[in-house]
Amino acid sequence: MSEGLVTVSYIGATILFILTLGGLSNQETARRGNIYGITGMTIAIVATVFGPEVSGTLSYILIVVMMVIGGTVGLTLARKVEMTQMPELVAILHSLVGLAAVLVGYVNFMDETISFATHAEKVIHEVEIYIGILIGAITFSGSIIAFGKLSGKIGGNPLLLPARHFLNLGLLLLTIWLGTIFIHQAETGGGTFPLLVMTLLALAFGVHMVMAIGGADMPVVVSMLNSYSGWAASATGFMLSNDLLIVVGALVGSSGAILSYIMCRAMNRNFVSVIAGGFGTTSGSSSGAADEEQGEVIAIETQEVADLLTSAKEVMIIPGYGMAVAQAQHTVNEITKVLRDKKINVRFGIHPVAGRMPGHMNVLLAEAKVPYDIVFEMDEINDDFPDIDVSIIIGANDIVNPSALDDPNSPIAGMPVLECWKGDTTIVLKRGMATGYAGVQNPLFFKENTRMYFGDAKESLDAVLKAIQSE
Amino acid sequence: MKIGVPKEIYTGEKRVATTPEVIGWLQKLGYTVTVESGAGAEANFSDDAYREAGAEISNDTKALWDSADIIFKVRAPDDSEVELLHDGQTLISFIWPAQNEALMQKLSAKNVNILAMDSVPRISRAQKMDALSSMANIAGYRAIVEASHNFGRFFTGQITAAGKVPPAKVLVIGAGVAGLAAIGAANSLGAIVRSFDTRPEVKEQVESMGADFLLLEFEEDGSGEGGYAKTMSDEFIAAEMALFAEQAKDVDIIVTTALIPGKPAPKLITTEMVKSMKNGSVIVDLAAEQGGNCELTVPHELSVTDNGVTIIGYSDLPSRLPTQSSQLYATNLRHLLTDMTPEKDGQMVINMEDEAVRGATVIKAGEITWPPPAPKLSAAPVKAVAATVVEKPAPKKAGPIKQMLPIIIGALVLYGLGAVAPASFMAHFTVFVLACFVGYMVIWNVSASLHTPLMSVTNAVSSIIVIGALIQVSSSGFLLVALAAFGILITSINIVGGFAVTHRMLQMFRK
Repeated sequence: MSEGLVTVSYIGATILFILTLGGLSNQETARRGNIYGITGMTIAIVATVFGPEVSGTLSYILIVVMMVIGGTVGLTLARKVEMTQMPELVAILHSLVGLAAVLVGYVNFMDETISFATHAEKVIHEVEIYIGILIGAITFSGSIIAFGKLSGKIGGNPLLLPARHFLNLGLLLLTIWLGTIFIHQAETGGGTFPLLVMTLLALAFGVHMVMAIGGADMPVVVSMLNSYSGWAASATGFMLSNDLLIVVGALVGSSGAILSYIMCRAMNRNFVSVIAGGFGTTSGSSSGAADEEQGEVIAIETQEVADLLTSAKEVMIIPGYGMAVAQAQHTVNEITKVLRDKKINVRFGIHPVAGRMPGHMNVLLAEAKVPYDIVFEMDEINDDFPDIDVSIIIGANDIVNPSALDDPNSPIAGMPVLECWKGDTTIVLKRGMATGYAGVQNPLFFKENTRMYFGDAKESLDAVLKAIQSE
Repeated sequence: MKIGVPKEIYTGEKRVATTPEVIGWLQKLGYTVTVESGAGAEANFSDDAYREAGAEISNDTKALWDSADIIFKVRAPDDSEVELLHDGQTLISFIWPAQNEALMQKLSAKNVNILAMDSVPRISRAQKMDALSSMANIAGYRAIVEASHNFGRFFTGQITAAGKVPPAKVLVIGAGVAGLAAIGAANSLGAIVRSFDTRPEVKEQVESMGADFLLLEFEEDGSGEGGYAKTMSDEFIAAEMALFAEQAKDVDIIVTTALIPGKPAPKLITTEMVKSMKNGSVIVDLAAEQGGNCELTVPHELSVTDNGVTIIGYSDLPSRLPTQSSQLYATNLRHLLTDMTPEKDGQMVINMEDEAVRGATVIKAGEITWPPPAPKLSAAPVKAVAATVVEKPAPKKAGPIKQMLPIIIGALVLYGLGAVAPASFMAHFTVFVLACFVGYMVIWNVSASLHTPLMSVTNAVSSIIVIGALIQVSSSGFLLVALAAFGILITSINIVGGFAVTHRMLQMFRK
């Protein structure tokens, strides 16, 4: 395959990738979009393998063997993963992209056959290698930590080292300084040592960055790492002078960046403050005031929950991370079915940051076969709450906290929340009276039209399902 | 312990203090229940129904009083019933200690505990045992039913073949529990409902029930302690009366529910106002027992004025819906008893630390404990919050220079880059910037519900980095080839895994 043909194939692949992302604008076209993506990837790989830059029988054998092994592992992972574990899977897959960027960067650096026409081109190439490895290493270690946090192998609380901002700043300056040394040494063929030191620093930085971020901010972290993996691919593309990598990397990078922005906006938080970490640590003074407003909660029994649901006309279900933990989505779907058969209008209200990654709740509900046309975004349904008879909050807390709107001193002040308390009755499913990830007390629980239904979400909902079925 | 439920002996009282449904709950708490034969007959609960629910039926009133440790009643006991109380017994019923001082004296002469359902404090937690609210709700509903019964027209407006029927206009004064219930009932019958209350914060509740809230052009907040209204200033009352006088000429039905705790009901509807009303209009005075809100109200009676206005002064409206009110009252009792039986072992504990129980207990072991210390209030913070929200400063808009700064810096950096970088780099850079813009445009269109598939598919797509590893696998040198091969391996995991899991997720999204 000639170079021209390879380039044409790359253009085709690029277009297919753009169509892939475009296809995700709605559920009907999304499946076709995924197929475009697979086709694009296949074209790109085939064109490269049969292109002028790959030669030798050994190469072909290695490529086939590695791809078969890797593909099998990937397929097994994809088949086995529980939908509740999607955030972990995505995080660990990001780390692989980061690692690959580091590997490709090192191989490119060590490959001595590459020559340059001008000095400037060579310097730019060295800078590209340096930046590619830097981003790749941060993505790699950051994603590993994110995986650990999401899967519960590492505690969810933010780890706050003293003077962590200066530590980060120091690391940044050190990295720049090492970069100049590296470029200087690379002129004479050296530079391996500063490159290795930088890689270690970048790994440490990735670990430190994600460790400092609390559990509630994980959606931002996951989408941020998504963005980084894109930039890493893009940097690799510059290094290899390959436009396909540059374009695809930029697409992925901006996708992740936009997702991070959406998540930050949904929490009314500044991107920098999320990355700087330490949620709720600055506003300790307000928690005292919030405590005073606490009152008594009104508990409710299974039968009363069932009666409330069956006598309602409009029901809103608001799921949170607790539903994922309890694996209650299937029971939720059963309840939804029974209620809909009774001509009760059941809808779902999803907060953008519910769960541990963007769109997490939608996937869980889809897995349980909840039809997606009754699942609504916060902005779509927030005005409807005054007409809602019963809202059920399943394992969510901060996203339904009225103090985000009422209490300017609250750590989550200004965050848009689902205003379920405007409906007639709110039922909150909860294990106990613990606070949410933000560590903020929730005045919703003490409202007069709120009923607390204590217990494990799955067991409670199973009991409710039984009660409404028997009616 | 044993609960005894005697038949109410007050003339015309149809309610009963427990229902077959509630007996199951009481047994779960560890109590046994004896019901006097025929106690629930007027409320449509037969002896058999009680028996089926597990209660004993007793024909002997005296034996029932003697054997029970706890007596559930609706009405305050009369003299003959006070006689039946024995040492150590507990009586739970309406007592009205403020109005019934003589009864309190008689009761305290006995060594008994008395819990007054009317004295349960109005705090959020005690709502479930607040019998006053339950009864007020029923009274409000029934008030509209009584009004409609005595009103010669439809409530709803209709256009019929026989002509146009105008809707009835209903004015509800006082938007407490009873007022809101009346608004709801009138509204669902199709009437035009207006409501007035001295407490401006109930406006939202009134409107949520479907009525117009009448506003006075007057600044005064009538919210008193415990969610009740307080007495207003003279100027306010004058403005209020002018409003009522004007409304009286217009409306067909007036329901008054204005009460101030511990005081006679305020006179809101004067004789002149009644005279100005249309023939056939109806006034339902829910404050009749406390003297009435209307000057012409005859307590406990229905009366008709010379100009044909019916004034209903019934004081037994809850008893006119006996099944419903018995059910709610029994549930209120059950909730109170649940709080007083912490171990669920059938042993009642009068815990004076519990705010709700403390409020309800008017006599403990023969000692009058009424009135209780003022309850702490839960409604107060609302106001403080409202004030602080207003004070919140509007976010400052960044100046034009500040807004432009990042763009200027970005432009300068790009120019600097363009000045030194070789052409080949700039070509790639152009592609990069354009791709960023394409990404920006495309991603904003992605539906929020598909964000997780978006992440997994971009993850698979970003494995395009495999191209780099594929090219490098043909380089010379074992280390380079090995690293490149490993790169292929991990990116393949990513490609296949990412696409496959995306596919799996997208398959699940269905209508």
